[in-house]
Amino acid sequence: MFYRENGQFKTSYSKDQQIFPILQDKVAILALVAFAFVGVPFLVDEYLFRAILIPFLILSLAAIGVNILVGYCGQISLGSGGFMAVGAYAAYNVFVRLDGTPVIVALLAGGFFATLVGIVFGMPSLRVKGLYLAVATLAAQFFCDWAFLRVNWFTNNSSSGSVSVSNLQVFGLPVQSPVQKYLFCLTFVVVFALLAKNLVRSAIGREWMAIRDMDVAAAVIGIRPMYAKLSAFAVSSFIVGVAGGLWGFVHLGSWEPAAFSIDRSFQLLFIVIIGGMGSIMGAFFGAAFIVILPIFLNQMLPLLGGLLGVTISTAAATHAEFMIFGALIVWFLIVEPHGLARLWSIGKQKLRLWPFPH
Amino acid sequence: MAFFLETLLGGLMAGMLYSLVALGFVLIFKASGVFNFAQGAMVLFAALAMARFAEWFPKYFGISSPFLANVLAFVAAGILMFVVAWLIERLVLRHLVNQEGTTLLMATLGISYFLDGFGQTIFGSDIYKIDIGMPKEPIMVLESVFQGGILINKEDLYAAVIAAILVGLLSLFFQKTSTGRALRAVADDHQAAQSIGIPLNSIWVIVWCVAGVTALVAGMIWGSKLGVQFSLTAVALRALPVIILGGLTSVPGAIVGGLIIGVGEKLSEVYLGPFVGGGIEIWFAYVLALVFLMFRPQGLFGEKIIDRV
Repeated sequence: MFYRENGQFKTSYSKDQQIFPILQDKVAILALVAFAFVGVPFLVDEYLFRAILIPFLILSLAAIGVNILVGYCGQISLGSGGFMAVGAYAAYNVFVRLDGTPVIVALLAGGFFATLVGIVFGMPSLRVKGLYLAVATLAAQFFCDWAFLRVNWFTNNSSSGSVSVSNLQVFGLPVQSPVQKYLFCLTFVVVFALLAKNLVRSAIGREWMAIRDMDVAAAVIGIRPMYAKLSAFAVSSFIVGVAGGLWGFVHLGSWEPAAFSIDRSFQLLFIVIIGGMGSIMGAFFGAAFIVILPIFLNQMLPLLGGLLGVTISTAAATHAEFMIFGALIVWFLIVEPHGLARLWSIGKQKLRLWPFPH
Repeated sequence: MAFFLETLLGGLMAGMLYSLVALGFVLIFKASGVFNFAQGAMVLFAALAMARFAEWFPKYFGISSPFLANVLAFVAAGILMFVVAWLIERLVLRHLVNQEGTTLLMATLGISYFLDGFGQTIFGSDIYKIDIGMPKEPIMVLESVFQGGILINKEDLYAAVIAAILVGLLSLFFQKTSTGRALRAVADDHQAAQSIGIPLNSIWVIVWCVAGVTALVAGMIWGSKLGVQFSLTAVALRALPVIILGGLTSVPGAIVGGLIIGVGEKLSEVYLGPFVGGGIEIWFAYVLALVFLMFRPQGLFGEKIIDRV
């Protein structure tokens, strides 16, 4: 009834090529962003910020980066955790070693170094494809894990191997309380999501998609595979690197290499697959699912045990969490292999006809 | 020279163990096109089952001979792996036919989470021992050639022999039996195999069973070496470079790849490690595999990838 595009005529190409050509979409997204900036800080308590909203935002950002590589360019990468680590540690080094570097500059520098590393480890993609490439990108993951654990220079020779940042300030405003951190992350996410969305519907985005669908055919029609693949690696690892910097600086505060282990790579891939490959929107859905599910299980299992009259030990709860998580993932892949984004678009399609389907 | 040889032999024997895990990957990938990330979880699950059965059988059935208890535990764990294989085919793979490789990969990751949690829920999450009577003391060989001889870890030697026997049996099974022929047919072409009456579903169950048994043997050997614990799942990550080096679809590739990776890891750790701070084993294997891939993108023995538009 409300979701109809009847009567919205486009009279110029630029109008036809807007990000949200349908007026209702545009209004809804703007309202959502406005609510996230203005409404949420007043409604939500500190725990929710720290445990859910901030990780959700940062992981969404990282997932957007991974999605560009995996979903749009079709190069499966299991090294995203490593690129996040590069972003975090590079940002840390820039922040600590160059006095007075603004936080934002440090984070972007982290992204820049992640880009360099991403391009280097993206080189094999020119020769190696598919699952071979997926395993090859694990090299990036393990190399980064090792480098930040063993090479003391990266951690500023800290004896414990963990590094920390404090007193973050942006334009003279402190980024200390959960609300401030949330707003800081939100700004990054909105800007990068917009950039990514525009990138994937531009010429280069179409090149990526052509490479994904069939790289030989793409090369035949004049798309340079090397340029397309490496640019996807570069853009993806830049975004992932910035997300890594945010994860370290804003979410954790102090961290060690284990924060960016191979499990993080798998987690990001899960987000992309569950959210929907080749969809910026999907990254947010997937991140929400992956962030909330463990917390939900963690809270629910003891309650459920209490109802049944069994006390579940922490160890048993952890294992049960693993089991349910794994089973849910499999179930999800069977029921909707194209991810939550597909469900969303099916929903929208239905909404067009609702409530008069004929 | 003696030291070099010692390292080399150590690497070869470690490599044999890697190929054992890698075999599980290759078998499943060949027959069903699934890149089975759950192999590590299967190794842990099988090892846990074996360790606990060997502990429970003497306790509840009064079996006094440790040999008999071990054999029974091995058989029971094998049956359990069969059930697991059947369930995986029934509940997961059957519903994911014709999906993309990535989706299947993620599904096996889901399975591996599930198996990790499930195994530790029923079998417990402490560190368990598998004692199959492997000798621990090292032996010296070639004392006449080199001064002091070459030190060989007897346990590694036994493990390598067991692995070699298993590999031999598997290749016999694949080459000589009719089931093996059916498996190879499925590996070549699913549709053609189905059209001449080979039942795909039961073939998949068989393949996952065989992979389960190799996981059991691998888990038994690794478990008696390192103790049965959660970190055993990481063995699978050590075996990944082996299979891309050898080729995802090649059984001999898994063995040769395992040997190359084993030797490469040991030599690099000994000769290169001290200069860069040690612990380079884990990524060195991947980089080594990458270097090989640069020249042969399908691995050493993999089928040539031909792209057609």
